Amino acid sequence: MSARPETRTPAAPASTATPSSRLLGGRISRWIAVILIVAAILVFFSVANDDWFTIVNYTLIAAIAAISLNVLSGYTGQVSLGIAFFMAIGAYTAAYLGGDVPNTPLDPLGLGLPFIIWLPAAGIVAGLVGALIGPTALRLKGFYLGIVTLSLIFIGQYIFLNARRITGGPQGRAFPVPAIGGATFDQQNSLFGFALTSGQQYFLLILVVLALAALFVYNVMRSRAGRAFRAVRDNETGATIMGVNLFEAKMGSFILSSFLAGIAGALFASYSRYIIPNYWSLALSIQFIAAIIIGGIASVWGSLLGAAFVFGLPLVIDHFSLLPVASGSGIISSGDLNALLYGLLIVVFLLFEPGGVIGLARRAKVLTRKFYTHKDEGGEPAEITDLPSESGSQLDAGNSTLTKGENT
Amino acid sequence: MAYFLQIAFAGIALGCIYALIGLGFSIIFKASEVINFAQGELLLVGAYVVSSAVFDWHLNFIIAVLAGVVVTVAIGLLFERFVLQHMIGRPVFSILMITIGLGTILHTAVIVIWGSNPIPAAAPYTITSGFNIGGIHFGLNDLLTIIVTIILCAILFYFFQYTRYGLAMRATALDQEAALAVGINIRTVYALAWGIAAAVATIGGVFLAIGSYAMDPTLGGAALLAFPAIILGGVDSITGAVVGGIIIGLVQDLTAGYESHVASFLGAGIHQITPYLVMILVLLIRPYGLFGTRKVERI
Repeated sequence: MSARPETRTPAAPASTATPSSRLLGGRISRWIAVILIVAAILVFFSVANDDWFTIVNYTLIAAIAAISLNVLSGYTGQVSLGIAFFMAIGAYTAAYLGGDVPNTPLDPLGLGLPFIIWLPAAGIVAGLVGALIGPTALRLKGFYLGIVTLSLIFIGQYIFLNARRITGGPQGRAFPVPAIGGATFDQQNSLFGFALTSGQQYFLLILVVLALAALFVYNVMRSRAGRAFRAVRDNETGATIMGVNLFEAKMGSFILSSFLAGIAGALFASYSRYIIPNYWSLALSIQFIAAIIIGGIASVWGSLLGAAFVFGLPLVIDHFSLLPVASGSGIISSGDLNALLYGLLIVVFLLFEPGGVIGLARRAKVLTRKFYTHKDEGGEPAEITDLPSESGSQLDAGNSTLTKGENT
Repeated sequence: MAYFLQIAFAGIALGCIYALIGLGFSIIFKASEVINFAQGELLLVGAYVVSSAVFDWHLNFIIAVLAGVVVTVAIGLLFERFVLQHMIGRPVFSILMITIGLGTILHTAVIVIWGSNPIPAAAPYTITSGFNIGGIHFGLNDLLTIIVTIILCAILFYFFQYTRYGLAMRATALDQEAALAVGINIRTVYALAWGIAAAVATIGGVFLAIGSYAMDPTLGGAALLAFPAIILGGVDSITGAVVGGIIIGLVQDLTAGYESHVASFLGAGIHQITPYLVMILVLLIRPYGLFGTRKVERI
């Protein structure tokens, strides 16, 4: 044991860790990672131009939504095709509460409330809608839940196209711009003497929201509730026997997921400024599914990586004008190339590495540790806190039989 | 009354298309407990190949349909053999998502090859032809859709009821382990299920394309309306897929025909969601559908 290389940092005993370091994982390497991330953000912030802020801002908003889907599908194992619907609920809540007060009776409704109200409200209303739908939807499992959440998309489209006073009907409507203390985010403002462009202000805002969402989800998943979610995913019967209330766990996950989706939807709509109801489509939901499968099921970092691949990459390709705008007769556009790639990657990752890119990284980590410790026979297994339960092959291995919720 | 019958006739024809698509879902589900979310995109590929064969390669319509069937069956078999075989025993979530991945690939491939603008649908007859009886117009396309669906159902009925492989498929659906024990080759059964599903999807796609006069890459979305159909009928029931399909087609066309007269306050497009509303109702009251097996899960 004395031959143990220094590269292996033993996990800090829980008793010696300070509460604040426990919050972030309680290991020195985590702190190094945090410092690196902050440095990367600072470098990006000082050198990037507006185009890059647009790309990164959309990616980070998508990451919030991907985390939301990961809460429900990744951690709790519930199939959902309905995330676009909950994003739309958040977006239209923001539009109604924060939109301009109409000048003519034909304008879309808006109460003109401040940002500090409409952003949280977007999440809360989406969460409430989730709480309303949950008891019906969550009685179903597997494919059935998938199909019911799919129908949410279509029912949503119908409502959004007809509720013209709120959504603007087929022509769409404008969405409110965040404003803090008189500084509206679509104009240049100064903060502590620094002049910030619109893109930079949005970047800071989105970063804060994303960080809060990520930290919250990360810590919930290490709590009693998070363990209940994963127990439900891995084996419902087993979870029930251990005393997990299936209904409470599923509802908790569903509401948290809807809440985050609502926040992401409001931010997305606000940043886009103008959206038509057709945007909230099945294709959007599928993009988020692709993001979490490619990035990493049941992983906060995986959500970010997946969002970068599915939502960031086509914007980068367009930024350099590498591909034509529209596909056809053998020519492929950036969006379609991306769709083709993520379609393929869904299949490839599910076949060979259900943990996504994060799963690959974990494998690499385990391999390197094995390499360093192969002579160390008494060495305890590398410290992998969550590997078994996070690999996709351990996801809810139950069958697709339909229950009428006897156990809820 | 003539108006009602007219709509009902169109609804039954539409329902037959849903029935054809739903048959594909049910056959695959019965054999392997997989719901194939790529069914709509298989249909899309089939319809595009048929159209290409008729207009670009100037093939006879029947040969073109056969070409379309060959292409989709090949895709279905390859996917089943090289992807799904490796997913046996994996969680429902993964299997469902992998079929969505296939759907995305096929959908994008169609856009890349044919573009997203509408192209003409191949038909062996003038699309608008038909005849009138008692004030009701019987469109030739609608009639043919109904007739072909009946013929296909009869063939499938014979296949499942009287042939060796049909019996093997039913045995597998009933109890997979017992089927293995008596020497049934499960792989052949899976392959057959995917082959049949892809073939009926292509035929449904051809009629769907003719019915909508022109087709674009959104055609595959129509297959999603076969979900309400199979849930209404019972996911593991082939009769259910047909009956459910026809009911859903009727519901959809009747609401489309009457929504502006009876319930204009509901706004435009309610017919696009009535199938889903029916489905949710069914799931709440009778989740195993009209003809499905009632499964009981005990703890």
